[in-house]
Amino acid sequence: MDLPLLVGIFPQVFLDGLILGFMYALIALGYTMVYGVLEFINFAHSEIFIVGAFVGVEILLGMRAAGWLEALPWPLVLLLILVAGMAGAGLLAVSVERIAYRPLRGAPRLIPLISAIGVSFFLQDLIRLVESIWRNAFNLVYPTMDALNHRFELTETIDVSVKSLVVIAAALAMLWALHALVNRTKIGTAIRAVAEDQAAASLMGIDVNRIISLTFLIGGAMGGAAGVLFGVQYGLINPYSGFIPGLKAFTAAVLGGIGNIPGAMIGGVVLGLLEAFAASYLSLLTGGAFGAEYKDIFAFSVLILILIFRPKGLLGEIVRERA
Amino acid sequence: MLSVDALEVAYGGIRALKGVALEVGRGEIVALLGNNGAGKTTTLKTISGLLRPRRGAIALEGESLVGVPPHRIVLKGIAHVPEGRRIFNRLSVRENLMMGAYPRHDAAAIAGDLDRVLVLFPRLGERIAQVAGTLSGGEQQMLAIARALMLGPRLLLLDEPSMGLAPVLVEQIFETIVDINRQGTTILLVEQNAAMALAIAHRGYVLETGSVVLTDTAAGLSDNADVRRAYLGE
Ligand SMILES: Nc1ncnc2c1ncn2[C@@H]1O[C@H](COP(=O)(O)OP(=O)(O)OP(=O)(O)O)[C@@H](O)[C@H]1O
Ligand SMILES: [Mg+2]
Repeated sequence: MDLPLLVGIFPQVFLDGLILGFMYALIALGYTMVYGVLEFINFAHSEIFIVGAFVGVEILLGMRAAGWLEALPWPLVLLLILVAGMAGAGLLAVSVERIAYRPLRGAPRLIPLISAIGVSFFLQDLIRLVESIWRNAFNLVYPTMDALNHRFELTETIDVSVKSLVVIAAALAMLWALHALVNRTKIGTAIRAVAEDQAAASLMGIDVNRIISLTFLIGGAMGGAAGVLFGVQYGLINPYSGFIPGLKAFTAAVLGGIGNIPGAMIGGVVLGLLEAFAASYLSLLTGGAFGAEYKDIFAFSVLILILIFRPKGLLGEIVRERA
Repeated sequence: MLSVDALEVAYGGIRALKGVALEVGRGEIVALLGNNGAGKTTTLKTISGLLRPRRGAIALEGESLVGVPPHRIVLKGIAHVPEGRRIFNRLSVRENLMMGAYPRHDAAAIAGDLDRVLVLFPRLGERIAQVAGTLSGGEQQMLAIARALMLGPRLLLLDEPSMGLAPVLVEQIFETIVDINRQGTTILLVEQNAAMALAIAHRGYVLETGSVVLTDTAAGLSDNADVRRAYLGE
């Protein structure tokens, strides 16, 4: 074993894991918020996430075609696609709830879940159809912005791109904003009240359906932001590339304690770090017997272990009390 | 102020109310008495919009409430303290109280009402930042009432405020109910504890298996032989 190498790459791996983890955290929020309010797993959230990425890439491609991409300052461009991706994904999530979930409220739990799986497949193929007609391709590449690819060399073995810093900063800002919204505003308190007891909340004058829509809007917007950051960070997207990150983010939500907002953030970061460390260290530590391709097996094994000892997740599931 | 007429409510095939009629006048405390399963909770839930009646009329100052969703009925000034308190366990005491004032936007008046309910329930003031789920049963009942008062309601529906409380606390809660009424809030009070309810009410109704079987002034009901036998333990 090459100890100096193991130590040397640590900060880089940590950074990569952090980026991945924040991405999972942002996506996981959508699962956990909806679960908290409706006790329902929005299986279509992975597609809502990838729609955010597609909104972003379409705007970037459009701007590049118009020659604006070079003309405008990059922070402005980034802000624009972030806001557009959030709006697109948020509104989509609200519409999906209205059309595919609300009519099924009160039906047995399995029914809306099946509806959600249907929406998931529907959206995948809808994106594919639209992009195939519009661009004659559905594998799209995020146009690069030179300033974002600039790398700072911190040491010989560690460098960090502007892009990575931006992704981390944006994710942190979003997580903080959501936390403040949910915990420090009246509307956020109403979301928590509805999550706990819908009938009692309606007796407070809270329009429960509006709060549910708002929950989908916020969760969808966070997913959309993650989608844009995903595109910016990793470049290539297609209509199906939401599925695996979605699944992992869902796992992260369960890891943190489904229904628990800080839990989703922590669960996402933990999963991202596990995955990054597994990807880089497995082959080094096992003398090449297990390569990076085993990262998911390792990450999920750890996850299963954690859940065996803490079945309600790291921060504990929030179970709704019913009077 | 509130008039309910020929109200019929069913849960699936089970008829819970079979033509309930009652009136609550402005400034009154009206008691709704009855045994377990008589339909008291069902009556309150239907008034506040949580249940839809099959038939019948509910009107507040002449305006029909039938078919209006609960969050809109709240806007008309009806606050409902539901059976079993139903406070938000994971929210702090302050947040619970703020949810009570949810439809209001007059910050100064809300702050004034917060002070007012904390004078009525000083115990809540001492625990304002505590998570509500950790309050004692009596404190939770106080919170449920205080939360409803934060709406500044014209009409307060109380469903068994004495349930599960020690006698001293019951007395204290009932004194507070009288205070609230004196300050101008009309009250419809559902109680198993008929003696206490009739001691503070102006009038009362007796409900049996979904129908009103008797109505009189509180004094009249207290003197009624049937009521004494069935509800006052004689
Ligand atoms: N959700 C429900 N589903 C089916 N039946 C119900 C439901 N809620 C109440 N009932 C029935 O309706 C009738 C009236 O119930 P309700 O809760 O109004 O009684 P109550 O007078 O409040 O009784 P208690 O004093 O025990 O609270 C009862 O027979 C009850 O079993
Ligand atoms: Mg009852």
